[in-house]
Amino acid sequence: MSEMYVAKYIAKSFAIASRMLGGEMMIMSAVDSTFFTLNPVASVIWQAADGFTPLSEIVTRHVCREFEVDPETAYRDVEQFVEELSSYGILQVSEIPFPASSAAPTEAA
Amino acid sequence: MTLMLEMSQRALDLGVPMSVHFDITYRCNERCVHCYLDHDNHGEMTTAEIKRVLKELAEAGTFFLTFSGGEVLMRSDFFELLEYARYLMFNVRIKTNAVMIREREARRMVELGVEQVQVSIYSHRPQVHDGITKLPGSLRRSVQAIRFLTQQGLRVVIANVLMTTNMRDSAGVQAMARELGVPYTLDPTITPKMDGDATILKLRIPGAELDGVFHNESLVGNVEEFCAPPPRPDEDVMEGYPCSAGHTLAYISPYGDVFPCVQFPLPSGNVRRQKFIDIWKHSSELNHVRAIRAKDLTVCSGCSHVGTCTRCPGLAYMEGNMRGPSTADCEKSFHRTGIRSADMLRKDNDKGRSCAPGPLIQIQSAVA
Repeated sequence: MSEMYVAKYIAKSFAIASRMLGGEMMIMSAVDSTFFTLNPVASVIWQAADGFTPLSEIVTRHVCREFEVDPETAYRDVEQFVEELSSYGILQVSEIPFPASSAAPTEAA
Repeated sequence: MTLMLEMSQRALDLGVPMSVHFDITYRCNERCVHCYLDHDNHGEMTTAEIKRVLKELAEAGTFFLTFSGGEVLMRSDFFELLEYARYLMFNVRIKTNAVMIREREARRMVELGVEQVQVSIYSHRPQVHDGITKLPGSLRRSVQAIRFLTQQGLRVVIANVLMTTNMRDSAGVQAMARELGVPYTLDPTITPKMDGDATILKLRIPGAELDGVFHNESLVGNVEEFCAPPPRPDEDVMEGYPCSAGHTLAYISPYGDVFPCVQFPLPSGNVRRQKFIDIWKHSSELNHVRAIRAKDLTVCSGCSHVGTCTRCPGLAYMEGNMRGPSTADCEKSFHRTGIRSADMLRKDNDKGRSCAPGPLIQIQSAVA
């Protein structure tokens, strides 16, 4: 990814539950019991939100490759999606990697 | 259709055990008069065994996990299990009497991202509540724990099981819930003990009291709607499943036994001997439960309440036939709507027949 992008890292918030069901991710916030589902593209990003892989790498490695989208369009869309999830408090965004202990684990399923 | 219903339907279509009720112990610090459990430890699963099962549940797609008991905090490894469950990203709810919850435990539950804690309260009067739990001081301690939990920001729900000894106290418990700022739920269901002993059923509240419960706006919302006569059941109803037990819901006991639901003691396998997913997919008992549609119910398929009744197949099973009626739910449907169930009418007929004198003339066809 080119230098025009500010490095961003994403991690799942801790007070959330998530599980894949039929290709879509179900997410529930323990804070207010809000229930979300993510489409397959968003689910891929969610699963890759490990707190230390740069967002640009997630886009190129997962989104562009799996869904055949050009990197710039994909990055723009993903940034928007990340902002939206962040506004609901279920995803954390940072310009530096998250410490290992603060990032929630990847789903077992 | 709400998002949650949509996902539940998807889980049903895909055969995913979306919800699991996991009793991690039957031990308890209370001795509630209506409890259906035996509180001795007959060989509970170890920490390692439960963690393995949790991993299997996550792999099977379980999302909603309820930790219950007995009293969950009787296990010294409870927070280790909770931490592991949250590591596996389950949505965790806890059912507890809360008497062992202090500030430290409440804080830990928040830190671990527990979604909801359900606390059993039987009465606002200590002598009644403690009389049911047989633990002096239990109401005071449970209420104090609710305050600790809510102060930490945890969502708490008060569950009020109604029985003969506390049936006049629901309004008091409701007022207490309001004062504590937590939701209130009421349940008039008393079930037989797991071993089949039905003596505790004498604690069930009488029908006249059920009338009062079902026509109380503060408990049921819109009374007219709640108590409306059932609509004529259509094909969707008759082809439908009685409930989620065994379809998207499973129950696991502290000894590893798997059942369709906590109220449905049909042994379907044991996670100490088999992987959970193998039991879920291949248990003949679970598959038998899954095959039953409303149209297959022996008496209820012909009942006007079939589409709206809360008929519990587990209670029916405990009465001897999982396809048969559940007397307690017939009572509920009747007291809710004033319309007698098919099973009640059948029993009325049987009673009438046994009292009636024999026929004056009996005619038998001469054709063999």
